[in-house]
Amino acid sequence: MTALGLFNYWAVIVLMMVGFYTLIARSNLVKKLIGLNIFQTSVILMYVSFGKVTGGTAPILVEAAHAEEVGETAEAVGGVGAEVVEAVEVAGEAILYSNPLPHVLMLTAIVVGVATLALGLSLVVRIKEAYGTIEEHELLDGPS
Amino acid sequence: MSEHLPALLVVVPLLLAPVAALVGRWKVAWAVAAAACWWTLYASVSLLQRIRVEGPISYELGGWVPPYGIEYRIDLVSIFVAIIVAAIGAVTIPYARTSIAKEVEEDRGPLFYAAFLLCLSGLLGISVTGDVFNVFVFLEISSLSAYSMIALGKDRRALTASFQYLIMGSVGASFIVIGIGLMYVMTGTLNMADLAVRLPEVADNRTIPVAFTFLTVGITLKLALFPLHLWLPNAYTYAPSAVTAFIASTATKVSVYLLLRFFFTIFGETFSYEAMQLDMVLMPLSIVAILAMSLVAIYQANVKRLLAFSSVAQIGYMVLGISFGSVLGVTAGIIHLFNHALMKGALFMAMGCVMYSVGSVRIEKMAGLGKRMPWTMAAFVGGGLSLIGVPATVGFVSKWYLVQAALEQGSWAIAGVVMVGSLMALIYVWKVVEVAYFQEPDPDHEIREAPLSLLLPTWALVAASFYFGIDASLTADVATQAAETLIGGIQ
Repeated sequence: MTALGLFNYWAVIVLMMVGFYTLIARSNLVKKLIGLNIFQTSVILMYVSFGKVTGGTAPILVEAAHAEEVGETAEAVGGVGAEVVEAVEVAGEAILYSNPLPHVLMLTAIVVGVATLALGLSLVVRIKEAYGTIEEHELLDGPS
Repeated sequence: MSEHLPALLVVVPLLLAPVAALVGRWKVAWAVAAAACWWTLYASVSLLQRIRVEGPISYELGGWVPPYGIEYRIDLVSIFVAIIVAAIGAVTIPYARTSIAKEVEEDRGPLFYAAFLLCLSGLLGISVTGDVFNVFVFLEISSLSAYSMIALGKDRRALTASFQYLIMGSVGASFIVIGIGLMYVMTGTLNMADLAVRLPEVADNRTIPVAFTFLTVGITLKLALFPLHLWLPNAYTYAPSAVTAFIASTATKVSVYLLLRFFFTIFGETFSYEAMQLDMVLMPLSIVAILAMSLVAIYQANVKRLLAFSSVAQIGYMVLGISFGSVLGVTAGIIHLFNHALMKGALFMAMGCVMYSVGSVRIEKMAGLGKRMPWTMAAFVGGGLSLIGVPATVGFVSKWYLVQAALEQGSWAIAGVVMVGSLMALIYVWKVVEVAYFQEPDPDHEIREAPLSLLLPTWALVAASFYFGIDASLTADVATQAAETLIGGIQ
């Protein structure tokens, strides 16, 4: 049960290993970069999973403030029963946020990943121009 | 203005980088870059003076109170590293003007200076920030710009070297970010001081040792500790000379600083050395680094490559000092950080002069250079003496502290390793000296001394390496205080 509950983390580990293996084992430089990207993506998934709170909603402030407001007015007016309970429930649920910070951090990490990939690919283009190949074993064996 | 100096130290080079890229003409770009470099030196020196009087500075970025906002926390260790980076930048930039004009195609000049400034601001950012995620961001800024600067080398192997560095560096940075994430998920904070308080409460959870392990591997990859140094020799060999001089004396040093920061300030000495037994990992690896890499250096035919392997060995000395976990050991590590930056900077700059005049740094091309380029080779000998650890040079000061730290632990064998490493340094430096001074120059080739614009920065570093070798009181004071701050935890 717990093992299934940690599905996200299993996915992270699988992705990480797939990326890492590709990075190490593949000779083609573009494939290496793809491996690197999968590896970095797994880190992003890991962070996003950290931020998820069970039953938590998206961390948007407006809705909660509105719900509380509704609850307060309902109480002030002296409204009975279901109306108040519902409003308070909405307020209670809305207060349970998912943690937004890891998501924000991952925006930065995505930018970094894109920059790395762009630089890596442009290096591959230059390597192709200079050596005529992008296979690592051919680069190493070739005339120096 | 002086109140915002901690932020400006990083922001000024960061903002001037796109300016340098956009002005188009490389001379203007150089002027912009030089202004930024000298400004950072001024800013870091005045911050040092403030810290020596007032103690650590805490700067709230954007007015957000830590631990919620990003904090720049500058203590003696940070500013010591920032000054190394800024000073090497300030010396490299006049050198780069002549050297880069020769080694890099002209239209790429402005872009080079933009990358240089980005790298500088990234390295400074790592050293002043008090937020672990910020560390990752600056690490990537400095690394990405370093990859692109290395790829500017004229030799086509610079491209593959840069690619290899990109792959290994990105993996290292990802490992660091995984470690940071695992720390965050257990403590809910990214602020270093806050982490230091909260981590011991959850240290029994298995997540924290895993975070520690990821960080150790990531950081040792970035600082090129044997056996994770594979990216370094090629990157240093094929990069343009000015880039090698700058990166060799700053990038790995900043990573060593990260090692200190994470293991002493954040995890705390007790956790790192007693619970995780960090010394059992670092000590053998650094000893192997010293011995094996010095041996490999002896057999290199390319002098830049020789110096690169020697760098890996020298990083071994720094990590060896840190692995003792004692005040004296960490002092030795920090002093060597500074000293190695001076001497390797000088040596790589001397090689840049050779590259400028001869067009190659292969050892056989250097026959008789002692007569043709007396000043360059004298600078090389000066730096080389320091590498060996001859008294009155900075290298001697480092080794003195390191041997003392080893003896304090009662370990004669490790003191012996330091000595053997020095002897091996003697061999590989002598190899170059012998060819340059005791072989006749090739009469067909007309080789002139390098221009003054290259010699002056080189000699500035050589002179500094002798000055701080004779009067080590300033560096030793700062390093001892820094080591005490680190081991005593955050005050």
